[in-house]
Amino acid sequence: MDRLSFATVWLGGCSGCHMSFLDLDEWLIELADRVDFVYSPFLDVKVYPENVDVVLVEGAIANTEHLEMIRRVRRNTRLLVSFGDCAVTGNVTALRNALGGAEALLRQVYQDGADVQGQVPSETGLLPVLLDQVLPLHAVVKVDFYLPGCPPSPDKIRAVIEQVQTGGPPQPAGGEPKFG
Amino acid sequence: MAAKTLTIDGRLVSAQSEQTVLDAAREAGISIPTLCHLEGVSEVGACRMCLVEITGCPKLEPACVTRVVEGMDVRTGSDRLHEYRRMIVELLFAERNHVCAVCVANNHCELQDLAADLGIDHVRYDYLFPLLPVDISHERFGIDHNRCVLCTRCVRVCDEIEGAHTWDVAGRGGNARVITDLNQPWGTAQSCTSCGKCVQACPTGAIFRQGSTVGEMERDRSQLEFIVTARKKKQWIV
Repeated sequence: MDRLSFATVWLGGCSGCHMSFLDLDEWLIELADRVDFVYSPFLDVKVYPENVDVVLVEGAIANTEHLEMIRRVRRNTRLLVSFGDCAVTGNVTALRNALGGAEALLRQVYQDGADVQGQVPSETGLLPVLLDQVLPLHAVVKVDFYLPGCPPSPDKIRAVIEQVQTGGPPQPAGGEPKFG
Repeated sequence: MAAKTLTIDGRLVSAQSEQTVLDAAREAGISIPTLCHLEGVSEVGACRMCLVEITGCPKLEPACVTRVVEGMDVRTGSDRLHEYRRMIVELLFAERNHVCAVCVANNHCELQDLAADLGIDHVRYDYLFPLLPVDISHERFGIDHNRCVLCTRCVRVCDEIEGAHTWDVAGRGGNARVITDLNQPWGTAQSCTSCGKCVQACPTGAIFRQGSTVGEMERDRSQLEFIVTARKKKQWIV
């Protein structure tokens, strides 16, 4: 099999899943010999490329930038792995959902919650617009494999990558899937 | 106390006539998943995790409230049952805000364990994300409705073991909530003896000791069984 083109993406999450990926330690050196690492927060690549074989996507869909990104990732990728609890369930990123839509949330945080001069930030075009509800990846695009955990253990991450490398669809490995 | 002989998953099992299918299966070392079941208190058949197939019976029956019958043929683990159990657990996750990663019961939670045992890697249903209260008006304990699965274990231990009946259920369907006394803050519920049996009984992070942080809320269900055994059989077995 040709070298896999491999990517990781960081959306609405804390980067803990990426830290767990880094905890694969020296195995990452082996991985670098075997795959083309084409896009990741660890690389200085600005645009998500085309024809990616496998991507690990960390984080939930919380704003318009995430929404555009996940759609591009889906279009350009063969196998999309929902990577960690925020991607799979919304998790901590989605805690805000119960507080109402984006406007209600901004009002509660920046106006009602402020000690002095509370006001909702109104400058447009600086930051991506918040979605009314934070969504897990599979509510927006088709997901090929789910890797829950907060974060998933390095062993489970490695198992998924190794299975994809051998060409087969990944199976749950390294113990049962587990939230939290 | 006549003995009955039945078949569970192809194995001949004998049981006392007053026993349930769940009791008989567990005595024979056959495991059936449960959530609302708690040793020492009555069965309510609320969670439907223990549904089993019985030959000749058109519908599925909850093993915890189904008495053994002579010649009964029970299957506890078909694909259909597995699919229904998955569905039940996924719906529980979708209905309230079960955020395992920041829950006091993380890694000590029966809902989390059930999801893992059933191989649930995501929830197929839309999450409802309801806005639910946390009541920490009691001086030692708290109730977080975000994590409650309405198993009513707290209601049963409080009524049947402690005899206080502080807990009950108000509302219907998706609006159902466990309440203390007349739906008032727990700290003002005069019937509460602060015995903590509900804290030991709760399967998730819903009822907790104040001061517990993520993953710290461990329970000791054997304390409940100890009390019941001592009371009913006059045996003080730890």
